[in-house]
Amino acid sequence: MGLLSIFNKKTFAHGLHPPAHKSYTSGIPIKRLPFAPVLIIPLSQHIGAPSKCIVNKGQEVMRGQTIAEAHGALSVPIHSPATGRIQKIELITGARGTKESAIFLKVYEASTQKIMRTIHVNPDKLNTDELLQAIQDSGLVGLGGAAFPLHFKHNIPDDKDVHTMIVNGCECEPYLTCDHRVMLEHPEHLIRGIVYAMRATESNKAIIGIEDNKMDAIKSLQDLLTDHPDISVQAVETKYPQGSEKMLIKSLLNKEVPAGGIPADIGVVVNNVHTLSALGQLLPNGEGLTERVITVTGPGIKRPGNYIVPIGTPIGFILDQVGYDGGINEFILGGPMMGSAVSSLQTPVTKSCSGLLVLNEPSIQQETLNVWPCIKCGRCVNACPMNLNPAQLGQLAIASEYEVMAEQYHLNHCFECGCCSYICPSNIPLVQYFRIAKAINREQAA
Amino acid sequence: MSKKSKIELRTTPHLHAPQNVVVIMQNVVFAILPIAAWSIWQFGLSALLLLLTVTGTCLLTERLFNITSGQANTLGDWSAIITGLLLALTLPPAFPLWMAVVAGFIAMAMGKVMFGGLGMNIFNPALVGRAFVQAAFPVAITTWTPALFDGRFSQLIPSTLTMPFMIPVEVADWNSQVAIDAFSGATPLALQKFEGINTPVLDLFVGNAAGSSGETSALIILVCGLYLAFRNFLDWRIPFYILSGTFLTSGAFYLIDPVLYPEPLFMLFSGGLMLGAWFMATDMVGSPVTPVGVIIYGLLIGFLTVIIRIFGGLSEGVMYAILLANAATPLIDQYTLPRVFGQQGKS
Repeated sequence: MGLLSIFNKKTFAHGLHPPAHKSYTSGIPIKRLPFAPVLIIPLSQHIGAPSKCIVNKGQEVMRGQTIAEAHGALSVPIHSPATGRIQKIELITGARGTKESAIFLKVYEASTQKIMRTIHVNPDKLNTDELLQAIQDSGLVGLGGAAFPLHFKHNIPDDKDVHTMIVNGCECEPYLTCDHRVMLEHPEHLIRGIVYAMRATESNKAIIGIEDNKMDAIKSLQDLLTDHPDISVQAVETKYPQGSEKMLIKSLLNKEVPAGGIPADIGVVVNNVHTLSALGQLLPNGEGLTERVITVTGPGIKRPGNYIVPIGTPIGFILDQVGYDGGINEFILGGPMMGSAVSSLQTPVTKSCSGLLVLNEPSIQQETLNVWPCIKCGRCVNACPMNLNPAQLGQLAIASEYEVMAEQYHLNHCFECGCCSYICPSNIPLVQYFRIAKAINREQAA
Repeated sequence: MSKKSKIELRTTPHLHAPQNVVVIMQNVVFAILPIAAWSIWQFGLSALLLLLTVTGTCLLTERLFNITSGQANTLGDWSAIITGLLLALTLPPAFPLWMAVVAGFIAMAMGKVMFGGLGMNIFNPALVGRAFVQAAFPVAITTWTPALFDGRFSQLIPSTLTMPFMIPVEVADWNSQVAIDAFSGATPLALQKFEGINTPVLDLFVGNAAGSSGETSALIILVCGLYLAFRNFLDWRIPFYILSGTFLTSGAFYLIDPVLYPEPLFMLFSGGLMLGAWFMATDMVGSPVTPVGVIIYGLLIGFLTVIIRIFGGLSEGVMYAILLANAATPLIDQYTLPRVFGQQGKS
C-alpha cells in the first residue's frame, strides 16, 4: 500500500458506483435480537436437494439439535435455531415466491437456550475427508447470498488443483454492512475459518479481498495476520459488482474464469468472509449453524444496525424489534441490487439472507418510473462486467428471440448483477427480460 | 404486526441511477440554448423566427403522427425539441420560413417517425431534414448573409418572409447595403474552396464569420459540448475522434501541398464541424455502443468530412459524413462486439 496504489487499484473492467448507503449501519456494533415466538425454518435453504426432515409434529427439540438431515451429497443438515416444540410442518411462500416445506418451531420462552453440540470432533486432528464431513455436518452454506453448500465447494474434483483460496470481503451491495462488522468484531473466527478451509481445499495461500471503503477492516486483519504468512489482505476498488467471484478473481489475480467454467478451473476457490467466520466459530465448538448476522437497514427503519438473528425468524418480528414506518414499503431480503422483494412479512430469514432492506414510499416512488424506448446510449454496454451487449439482448427479448440471445449474444453468461437495469436511462427492466428469457430457454430444453 | 403496511413488489435491481431519458434530453436542450442565443445575437430577428418555426414544426409534426397513429403523446421526452433546435441552427439565417417548415416536417416525418420514433431512427433526424432541403432548395441553402449587421433586431432579412412555394428574393443587394465591410456572400469554407481566400482561424473560433445560423462560433459550441460531456450526457469520445480524424486527414493533405489544401486548424474550426461533432454525431441513437465502434465511427466522420470538403462539389461535408457514418453504425457495432468475459480470442 503506497501512494502508487491509487493509480494501480486492483479492479475489473466496467461495473458501477451506486450510492453506498452503508453509513447507517457500518459503525454500529452487532447486537442480538430476541427469539421470535414461532420460528419458520424452510427445508430448502441451500442450492441442491432440500434437507430431509427428521422431527415430528409435537416433538421437543433442543437448540443446535439436528432437525433435518442432508439429503445426498449436494445438501446440508439443518439445526434447530432454538429450544422448543415442533408446531407443524407445512408449505409456506418462500423468499423467491415459490411454495416450500417448512418446520414451524414454537420457542420455549423460559428456556436457557443452551446450544447442543452435534459435531463431536477436534477439527485440528482431521484429515481432508473428515474435515469435509464435519463442514457438511455444520450445515454451512455460502452466507453471502449464493447458499451453495460449503463442503461441496471445498470438495475439489480430482482433475482440478486448487492453489489459492480467495476470501470475499467486498460486500459490494449498497446498504449491507454485516460482512464488514463480522470482519471487525470477529477477525479471530475468520482467520481460524480460513485455516480450516485452506486445509479442506489443500490450497497453499489465501487472499482476503476487501473493498477499499473498509480500510479499518483491512488494517485490523493485516495486524492480526503477521504470524500467518500464507494469508494476505488486499484492498480492491469499491465498485459494484466487485463481490461477484469472477470479478474478484480478476481484480486480485488478473485471471479470468473461463466462460461457463468455475473458479476451480483456474485453481481458485472463493468464499465469503461471513461463511468462513462462521466455520471458524462453529467447528471447534461442535455446533451447527443456528443463527447469522444480518444488516437491517433502509430509509424505512428506525433503528438500523447489524443483528444476530436465529435462522427462521419471520421478518415481521424483526421489523417490530427495530421499528419501522408503516405505509407502502418494499421489503428486500439481501441487497438492493440482487436481493428479492418478499410478498409476506411471515417470510423467514434463511441461512443465505445477508440483509433486510426496507425501502419506504418516497424512495419507491422515485424509482417507479416511466419506461422509454431504448435510445442506444450504450451505458449498459459500458456497465456490463461480463462484456455483454444488454441493449441488443433487450431488443431481442422484446422480439422473443430467446434462442438467438443465448446462442449469439451469450445470454447465459449474464449473472443478473443488475448493472444494466440500474444505469438504463430508459428504465428498461433488462435483467427481468434476461431472467424470463433464460427461464423459457430452460423450459424448452427440458 | 403492529402496523398497517402495504407491500410493494418489484424486480431487481431495486435501485436506479438518477439520470433518465428526459433528464438527458433536457440537458441537451439547455446546452443548445447558448448556441441559439449567439445565433440570434449574430443574425437577429430572422434567426429567432427560424428557430421558433423549425422547432414548432418539429413538435407539431411529431404530435400529428402521435394522433394519427393512435399513440400516446411522445413530446414529453423532449427529443423533438432537440431535433428542431439543431435543424434550425444548421440552416442559413436567410432561409425562407416556408422552406424551414418543409425541413422540420421532413426531419420528423422521414427522419424519425417513419422509423418508429425515439430510439428507432437510423439517421440523425435533423440532418435528414437538412439533407432534404439541401437537395430541394440548393440556392436558398447556400445563400449567406453577413453576421452582426446593423438593424438586425428591427428588420428581417428580405428572404425570410418569402411566400410559400415562391422563389426568395435575391439578398445580394441587401447584403451590400447592410454589411459593415465588403461581404462576399460566401462562408469561410466556400471562400477557401472556390476562391482560395483564407479566413483567420481566430475569427472562426470566436464566431466572427458568415455561415449557418448556429455553426459560426466554435468556442460557444465547445463550451456547451464540454458541459454535456462533463455531466455525462454525451460521449466525449465521439467528438474527440471526429476532430482527431479531421485533423489527421487534413493534416496529411496539408503536408502534401500547403498551398492547395487548407491548414488543419482551419478545417477544425470552420463550417459545421464543431456543431456536428458535438451535437449531431453524438446523437445516441445513431452512434455505436461498443468502445472500438465509437473510435471507428468518429475517425470515419472526420475522414469523410475532409474528403467531401476537399474533393466534393460542395464546400461543406459534415452533414453527409455523419449521415454515412449513421448508416454504418449497425455494421460497426456488429463487428466490434467486445470479447465476452472469460472467453478466449474473438467471440
